[in-house]
Amino acid sequence: MDLAFTELQDELRAQARGFLESTPEPTFAALAELGWTGAGVAAEHGGAGLSFLEEAVIHEEAGRALLHAPLWSTSALLPFLPAEDQAAVAAGTSSWTLALGPLVPDLDTATNVAVPGGDTVWELVGCEREILPTNDSTRPLGVVSGGEPGRELFASDALPALRTRSLAILALEAVGVGTRALELAVEYVKDRAQFGRPIGSYQAVSHPLATAYTELELARSLAWWAAWCVAEDDPQAAVAAAAAGAEAADAAVAACERAIQAHGGIGFTWEHVLHRLYKRALGIQSWEAPSAQLRAEVASELLDRGGT
Amino acid sequence: MDFRDTAEEARFREEVRAWFDENLPEELRGHRGGAARFDGPEVRAWSRALYDAGWSGISWPSEYGGRGLSPRFQAIYLEEEARAEAPPHIGVIGLGMAGPTIMAHGTDEQKARYLQPLLAADEIWCQGFSEPGAGSDLAGVRTSARLDGDRFVLDGQKVWSSYAHIADFCILLTRSDPDSERHEGLTYMVVDMHAPGVEVRPLTQITGEAEFNEIFFANAEVPVENVLGEIGGGWRVAMTTLLHERGTLGFALVARLEVQMRKLLALARDRGASPTQRDAIAREWIQLQALRVTAYRSLVALERTGVPGPEGSILKLQWSEANQRVTALALDLLGPDAQLLPPNGPYGGYWAVQQLRSRGNTIEAGTSEILRSIVAERVLGLPRSR
Repeated sequence: MDLAFTELQDELRAQARGFLESTPEPTFAALAELGWTGAGVAAEHGGAGLSFLEEAVIHEEAGRALLHAPLWSTSALLPFLPAEDQAAVAAGTSSWTLALGPLVPDLDTATNVAVPGGDTVWELVGCEREILPTNDSTRPLGVVSGGEPGRELFASDALPALRTRSLAILALEAVGVGTRALELAVEYVKDRAQFGRPIGSYQAVSHPLATAYTELELARSLAWWAAWCVAEDDPQAAVAAAAAGAEAADAAVAACERAIQAHGGIGFTWEHVLHRLYKRALGIQSWEAPSAQLRAEVASELLDRGGT
Repeated sequence: MDFRDTAEEARFREEVRAWFDENLPEELRGHRGGAARFDGPEVRAWSRALYDAGWSGISWPSEYGGRGLSPRFQAIYLEEEARAEAPPHIGVIGLGMAGPTIMAHGTDEQKARYLQPLLAADEIWCQGFSEPGAGSDLAGVRTSARLDGDRFVLDGQKVWSSYAHIADFCILLTRSDPDSERHEGLTYMVVDMHAPGVEVRPLTQITGEAEFNEIFFANAEVPVENVLGEIGGGWRVAMTTLLHERGTLGFALVARLEVQMRKLLALARDRGASPTQRDAIAREWIQLQALRVTAYRSLVALERTGVPGPEGSILKLQWSEANQRVTALALDLLGPDAQLLPPNGPYGGYWAVQQLRSRGNTIEAGTSEILRSIVAERVLGLPRSR
């Protein structure tokens, strides 16, 4: 058992944080240039041949920075795509999203759309896209109409594994979002004085932030457990991702709400960044499945199948 | 990053597990609730057997009688001990608090005198920190230690002292300078619990059992060579004790919660659970996994720096609240018969006792309020509240 990050993972995190802070709206090609889009692609297809753990570092940072690019949707699909498509993702010339239900994420930025039909997931070609504004302007949803199945991409029995991957990524993003919101709150309450003292010295203010820290660290533990399970194709991957998905989204939403409260009026304004973090957290919480449904899946594993 | 045991860890775990299978007497397996688990002669014999098998002081340096292994092996041992539902070594306070403090601040004579009998369970330790007027605010300690020639004379009262009724020694925080305030003028010393003028009175707690005690000192004498650290420098020594209280404690707590969860799942399968109860069970199982991983994350800093990482400071806080929720959930699954006392209560009255006992979890070893302040001030760097 060794839960330390490697030197490479630490370096990747520093690189990702620096780049995303200085480049607010990077293109997918710019992310490819850095090697992020092909991090998990085999070297013979132009990728870096790294594990999902390295991708996970980038996803946590992407959440923190509210990255507006189809990294989550592409990365969830990536290992299931044909080799030439993986190569194109690594090169930054194509990106993907999956039209699983009526609402499709990242439709404004992803170049390609995958769609399940029968026992195959196809590339959807010639469709119309309509982008629907959402609360989180950095991750709009959209609807597709028309179009027809093009190439066969992969068998649809891979969809549960794809969902596991997607949940793990969202959990990592959520941890990044919540951590950033907590950092902003901590900075603010150290500085802001009322009744002659920094408000962070009042326990009515500091204890909810301590609780947010606690919940986020536990969520981080789950998110990395899920990431490791995905990287190793561990039999517990599905339940770990469901656990992480439920806990991390809730922790991120709660951290944002506590941060908004700690900021007082300014936290409730459009000009402050907090509402953007909050809206991403709410978006993550709403995606794939509500937390209660994820917990129902865990309960079913524990009580009906006697697993884990 | 790897969530699997290494070959060496797996071997060690297998060794511990096999030893418990072979050596744990059936009558000691499982929870005996409160005092009976601590102080019977069979628990002393059991602790001695643990020592003889090399399970005491796994991560202590070999020069002090330990095995000099990394804390992760101590963690694995604690996990397996809890899974076997074995009683812990009777020297919990000695192993976790007194021993590490003596190693850090003791003289060579003190180390030679106290450490080996502590590991062997030949001598049992208790802690004398809290007082009626000094609970969370430990710097309010008033038990007086008056220097008289080559000895201190003690007067005062300590409270909430686990194991004091069977202890041979106490790590005692006293006020040696009557004119001093707060963190100054405190002296930390080792007190012989059998000395004249030391009286122990057990306190019956909410469960009806007596795990902890009051200790009264009336002109009790302590030789000056029993001081740990400097006279007047007791605060620094006390902080060492409290730091070690957190060390690998998290693993024992998480492993105990894992046992509770196993029993809770069995109960839910026996009695059935409503959709709301199933949601709550899943929530607690998820929390348990989060705590387990967080305990291992805290090892990274502990092994690099010798000090537990910030992750460690949240383990006890979250564990205590999780244990309260899990035991309350069990009562909810059971219904009214959970309130029946043994022998009529289901599962021998286990859950009723556990639920009551769990109320102490958010008070003992740092209240949740104090722990949240520690996270706020030392981890998040917020300004002090006082």
